[in-house]
Amino acid sequence: MTSSTMNHSPQPTPRSAPAQSRTQNTLWSVVAFVAIALVAPLLAQALGGNYWVRVLDFALLYIMLALGLNIVVGFAGLLDLGYIAFYAVGAYLMALLSSPHLTTQFAALAQLFPNGIHLGFWWVVLLAAPVAALFGAVLGAPTLKLRGDYLAIVTLGFGEIIRIFMNNLDRPVNITNGPKGITAVDSVNLFGLNFSKSHELFGFTFTPVVLYYYLLIALVVLVVFVSLRLQHSRIGRAWVAIREDEIAAKAMGINTRNVKLLAFAMGAAFGGVSGAVFGAFQGFVSPESFVLWESIYVLAIVVLGGMGHIPGVILGGILLVGFQELLRAGAVPVQTMLFGKVLIDAEVLRSLLFGLALVVVMLYRPSGLWPAPKREDRPVTRRAPGVDA
Amino acid sequence: MSEPKILLSVQGVNKRFGGLQALSDVGLHIKAGEIYGLIGPNGAGKTTFFNVITGLYTPDSGKFVLGGRAYQPTAVHEVAKAGIARTFQNIRLFGDMTALENVMVGRHVRTHAGVFGAIFRPSAVVREEAEVQEIAHELLEYVGIGQYANYTARNLSYGHQRRLEIARALATEPQLLALDEPAAGMNATEKVELRALLDKIRSDGRTILLIEHDVKLVMGLCNRLTVLDYGKVIAQGIPQDVQNNPAVIEAYLGTPAH
Repeated sequence: MTSSTMNHSPQPTPRSAPAQSRTQNTLWSVVAFVAIALVAPLLAQALGGNYWVRVLDFALLYIMLALGLNIVVGFAGLLDLGYIAFYAVGAYLMALLSSPHLTTQFAALAQLFPNGIHLGFWWVVLLAAPVAALFGAVLGAPTLKLRGDYLAIVTLGFGEIIRIFMNNLDRPVNITNGPKGITAVDSVNLFGLNFSKSHELFGFTFTPVVLYYYLLIALVVLVVFVSLRLQHSRIGRAWVAIREDEIAAKAMGINTRNVKLLAFAMGAAFGGVSGAVFGAFQGFVSPESFVLWESIYVLAIVVLGGMGHIPGVILGGILLVGFQELLRAGAVPVQTMLFGKVLIDAEVLRSLLFGLALVVVMLYRPSGLWPAPKREDRPVTRRAPGVDA
Repeated sequence: MSEPKILLSVQGVNKRFGGLQALSDVGLHIKAGEIYGLIGPNGAGKTTFFNVITGLYTPDSGKFVLGGRAYQPTAVHEVAKAGIARTFQNIRLFGDMTALENVMVGRHVRTHAGVFGAIFRPSAVVREEAEVQEIAHELLEYVGIGQYANYTARNLSYGHQRRLEIARALATEPQLLALDEPAAGMNATEKVELRALLDKIRSDGRTILLIEHDVKLVMGLCNRLTVLDYGKVIAQGIPQDVQNNPAVIEAYLGTPAH
């Protein structure tokens, strides 16, 4: 078939599936999602108490982090092993701007703010995004020419540098309070609703963890929305193009330097926001929350779930955090039941099974548990004879 | 009829890799609306020259004028913006993206939406996006692979991948379409089709620089051509003249035995 006859071939494959059933499906999945999301914490609380709601909160935090890292690793294909640094930046920003720490350290500040600096939650969150983005771009800039393993090693180093800074910035002037960390970080106060206490609403008791759950789920929805919008945009395509072939992307006129920096900055902004929420949620921030293991953990969520595929990343977050907590809760009773005594410490068992899970998934589902659907998985129709080798 | 204006003028390009003078004093003038061939035996410096004018290699010296404006091929993405789009000898598609998305990436350089545009999608961005899709579909039809729009680029057949690369390059609205051995690895049928496609692109008023190994294809298709050997221009002109040039025959067949 020559190119001219191909142009006149009757009808190309329809560009969109029947639109109506698709919107209906979307509507149903949204309704189902909202119902599950609203009921989940109350169910968890009824079945297992506040501890399990807290687990849900952490799952959501990690999902937010993973969605941010997904931009850098999944979309743009830049292996970042120091991602937790931006989480740290957000958390410390929250801790410094919403706790008495700075005013007790600096007399001048205490005079300016006699009641201590208590910038509201939203202000810090709004600030955390650009500040973390700036850190992302600054740390990304020296790595622009690096790829793969080299990029991973340098970002790993940067991540550690940030943590070590936090650990040591207690002298000569005490900014971060070193390894002791910053305590008494304000909890979230939304529209007069103080998240540190339980509240009675519509006959239900909402404990702080439940309130945080609803805040986090709102933020996760926002992050998912932004991620999706970015993915299906000129910028998102440029990211994927760089991941697929950097030289070809350049030849198409993509300024790879700027677009990569943008990926680092956007990913970091998500990390910063998650960190700010984490700081308020915990009420305490110290460097040990931002060790290399955390970076690897978030990366594992992205890789196990399905790099570059947002639903996959969310699934990865739920599975990894859930799995870890189930193990923590179940390791001791199950072993006592089976062997009459505890043979392997829960913590050791966790690392063991975590590693095993990684290996198994990489062997049998190398592109993750829920990878992006392959759109061409349909039979090739109207294959031109002679053209296709 | 007035003489068509010169679109790309390159003069005195030198490029040295260590001890190897890959290009010495190479120059050529491409007129608007023609297919200009660049041929030569293996290792003659064709691809090096190509990489120089598209900004992938920085030349040691050289003067470049595109569409009446001087340009310095220093940054690859600037070259695309200036109006030269290229394809690659060993196909370099965005393998995991669909054919349509590949072409849409080609529109990057002619569109503007940024991060905030992507997130908030004002009507201007929505319009731009719709336009990008429309143009991408049209270009896929144009090169004859419209029905494969939703196929992952990696899974297209070899000939279709070549076409997709051309569509992607055309999406940047180039003044000059630079093709690096587009017929490499094609069978006879595919070559005939490629020739028809290039003919069509030329008759639509575009200018093509064609690097090719296949002398038959070049001779039949090109308006004018340059022959390189060991990094030097050994012949330049219309195909018939070049074909009978003794230096060219020598470069391709070797010197007669004494």
